[in-house]
Amino acid sequence: MTARGLLRQPLAATGLAVVATLVLLALAAPLLPLPDPDLAEPARRLQPPLSGFGALGTDQLGRDVLSRLVWGLRVSLAVGAAATLAATVVGSAIGLVAAFYGRWVDGVMMRAIDVLMAFPYLLLALAVVAALGPGLANAAIAIAVANVPFFARAVRGAALGVVGRDYVDAARIAGLSDRSILVTEILPNVLPLIVVTAATTIGWMILETAGLSFLGLGAQPPQSDLGSMLADGRKALTTAPHVAAAPGLAIFLLAVGLNLLGDGLRDLLDPRLDAGRGGAPAAATDVERGDAREAEQSGEGALVVAGLTTAFDTPSGRHAAVRDVSFALPRGGSLGIMGESGSGKSVTALSICRLAASPPGVIVDGVVSLAGEDVLAAPVERLREIRGARVAYVFQDPSTTLNPLMPVGRQIAEAVSAHGAARRAETVDEARRLIEAVELPDPDRIASAYPHELSGGQRQRVGIAMALAGEPDVLIADEPTTALDATTQATVLRLFSDLRSRLGASLVFVSHDVSVIEAMCERVAVMYAGEIVEEGPTAAVLSEPRHPYTARLVACTPRLGEPDRALDPIEGAPPPIDGRPKGCAFAPRCRLAIDPCRAAPIRLEPVADDRAARCIRWEDVSLGRA
Amino acid sequence: MTAYALRRLLLAVPVLFGVSVLVFLVVSLIPGDPALAILGTFATPENVAKLNAELGLDRPLPVRFVMWLKGVLTGDLGRSYALDRPVAEEVMDRLGPTLILASAALGLSVFFGIAAGVVSAVRQNTRLDGAIRLLLLVGVSTPSFFLGIMLIQALSARLGLFPTGGMTSLFGSGGLADLAHHLVLPAVTLAVVATAIVGRIARASMLEVLRQDFIRTARAKGLTEERVIGVHALKSALVAVVPVIGLQAGYVLGGAVYVETVFQWPGVGRMLVEAIGRRDILLAQGGVLAIAALYVLVNIATDLVQAALDPRIRR
Repeated sequence: MTARGLLRQPLAATGLAVVATLVLLALAAPLLPLPDPDLAEPARRLQPPLSGFGALGTDQLGRDVLSRLVWGLRVSLAVGAAATLAATVVGSAIGLVAAFYGRWVDGVMMRAIDVLMAFPYLLLALAVVAALGPGLANAAIAIAVANVPFFARAVRGAALGVVGRDYVDAARIAGLSDRSILVTEILPNVLPLIVVTAATTIGWMILETAGLSFLGLGAQPPQSDLGSMLADGRKALTTAPHVAAAPGLAIFLLAVGLNLLGDGLRDLLDPRLDAGRGGAPAAATDVERGDAREAEQSGEGALVVAGLTTAFDTPSGRHAAVRDVSFALPRGGSLGIMGESGSGKSVTALSICRLAASPPGVIVDGVVSLAGEDVLAAPVERLREIRGARVAYVFQDPSTTLNPLMPVGRQIAEAVSAHGAARRAETVDEARRLIEAVELPDPDRIASAYPHELSGGQRQRVGIAMALAGEPDVLIADEPTTALDATTQATVLRLFSDLRSRLGASLVFVSHDVSVIEAMCERVAVMYAGEIVEEGPTAAVLSEPRHPYTARLVACTPRLGEPDRALDPIEGAPPPIDGRPKGCAFAPRCRLAIDPCRAAPIRLEPVADDRAARCIRWEDVSLGRA
Repeated sequence: MTAYALRRLLLAVPVLFGVSVLVFLVVSLIPGDPALAILGTFATPENVAKLNAELGLDRPLPVRFVMWLKGVLTGDLGRSYALDRPVAEEVMDRLGPTLILASAALGLSVFFGIAAGVVSAVRQNTRLDGAIRLLLLVGVSTPSFFLGIMLIQALSARLGLFPTGGMTSLFGSGGLADLAHHLVLPAVTLAVVATAIVGRIARASMLEVLRQDFIRTARAKGLTEERVIGVHALKSALVAVVPVIGLQAGYVLGGAVYVETVFQWPGVGRMLVEAIGRRDILLAQGGVLAIAALYVLVNIATDLVQAALDPRIRR
């Protein structure tokens, strides 16, 4: 599996090919028809490559460069591999023992490692060579010593995670000796990390041992490796550059190959170390609408969403996370979007200003019309003018949505200056006024505080202040109080709704919380598996649901003053994004489902004045029976 | 912040002590008699015993350590037998050139590494990203001693664009321009690997940060993309990059050994190689101690920069 995984990565496969070729060449050196690498023939000194004296010519003493290269490669590889093996074994042993015994053993070992790491890497190696004296074996020891700390630290870190596990305790209770616990229980768990560390450092170690030889501190004549060959060749650089180029390129090639291979192995065995994996979201969600649609002009709507479909690109293909969502929000009106996590409510809210992460998100269909302007067709610069000034967001969990490295006052001021007042003093005053508006005490102190110095409720008020900065026409709140405790939630919600009505802004409020939606919104759209399943005036929808999912959602919500109400959880889970059923998405969990429900997609149909539901049995739905 | 800085400085004291113990031990554990090496052909048993007594080498190890430590604290690092000159003087003379070279190389690698990483991350999965990643990979694998030789051959020997070595012209105008002219090739050579490593980390860190919620918040506020990337994302990414820059400072100080040798730069690195080759132990010891102490200071600076960037660290 490992081998096949490696071959599937083109770069790693290239690395493997390069390294395998060089290793085979080195191993086969005695079998190859090469002249004696040490045979000096002064009569034909410094012949260029392909001049009839060996494929790579000869050096200052008339020795065959190709032959010396292959034999030197053999020495370099052997010494580098030995150094890696030594560093791996010693470093891993130190790491394992330190993690396993902890306390003073750990303390002493890690302080020693700290001191070793206080030396610049190569300097530590030089100090060791200084002590032991020049020579190839000493150079290998020196490079190994310099690398031991990396292994010790990495292995200790990984082993600490294993030592506390239940099966280790079980092994202790079963009376296994420390040594067998270390070898049979802990070592196998940290082995991938050891392999990855060795694979990613062996290139270095070969390079650095060659470096010591180059300095004259490694291989001593008559012995020679790639490094000492390079040092020899350097003396004839101007007249015969090939003598230096051959070993230099060989070292370089070997290092490139080993690094490619090491990166590939790391990605395969320990994907967490590959931080560059996955995409970073672009400035705006991609829009790939099949045929350009006309923005549907709607007189009174502040925000009209029509047929919005947002898909995610996954390894198994493109799947819609939000399908054909339409709603109209009148000026000053409020709409709740309600549903479980994964229902597509947040993606819907984010798609309005093209803030859904892209990749993987792509808006594949629909129109978002803001006072007649199609936001999805706007260029990014126009989108920037809309964001914050026309449509502003308040996000869930302000501990991750505020920049941890910037005082909150500056983050608010930034929102102000993005759309208006350019003078610094003005923006600072305005930020202060906004902090006061969200009823935070001591505005100057709050302004200079960092997010981690504030409470959750204070941070959410800062989030609201930021959203109000551009005096937007539409506010979009995505679970704004979900991370707060109940009392804080109530006061923040009250404040939010006061400020909104003062501003006269329309509101889209996303929540899974039935009672919060009930308190905040005139209308509600209930989402399930990426579709709106019911829509209408909040009071009517919640008291007389016309879709079984709404009914079940209401039924499993505890209500104040009704302590005896039996809570009725919904069995099962929503379908995964790539496994939506052909018919009604809720049918597998629905007690009212009949065959026609499963046969074909169900349409969202008007069920009463101003109400719609996506259910063919809506007449049979009631709070008691769903 | 001041309190944090003081605490960090205090923490360096035991590390410096540990470093000096290690340097002392490495030298003391050398097999063979240093006096023998110093005296060479004059090594009669009487002379060796006399010199050992002079150097205090006949005393027990702990006593020698205290003597040595006292010397270190008073700036007396012994005498180089090969140069017949106090080690401290020689090291001080050599430290300046190494500092010039290492800081130039580190400056280059920080600037170009971060620039490459940021561009590569922001243009992720484009051709430009692919090209930068390939360059960074090649850079990481480049042996600086080989690169230096090739640069000298191509740009200095063939084209005559740069001097082939040394820090100043023997008979030239002198001055800063001359120094800069001599500095270009060694600094670039020394910077290549560090640039590549900084670049790889900067790219990974940038990608990580760009996925965070607060970047979405910044975009939702209607900030320009320049501000989102250049202020919000970059600052956060730097918190992860700064420790790596610290590590690279160590690499650059160590790698200076190769580059100073190749370019005949009169720094500590070249002095060390010569001292080790001549078995001039005290000089080697002094050089190692000086660079290690410098690196401890660099690490403190790294931590302080990181704390200045991230308020959560400096509590």
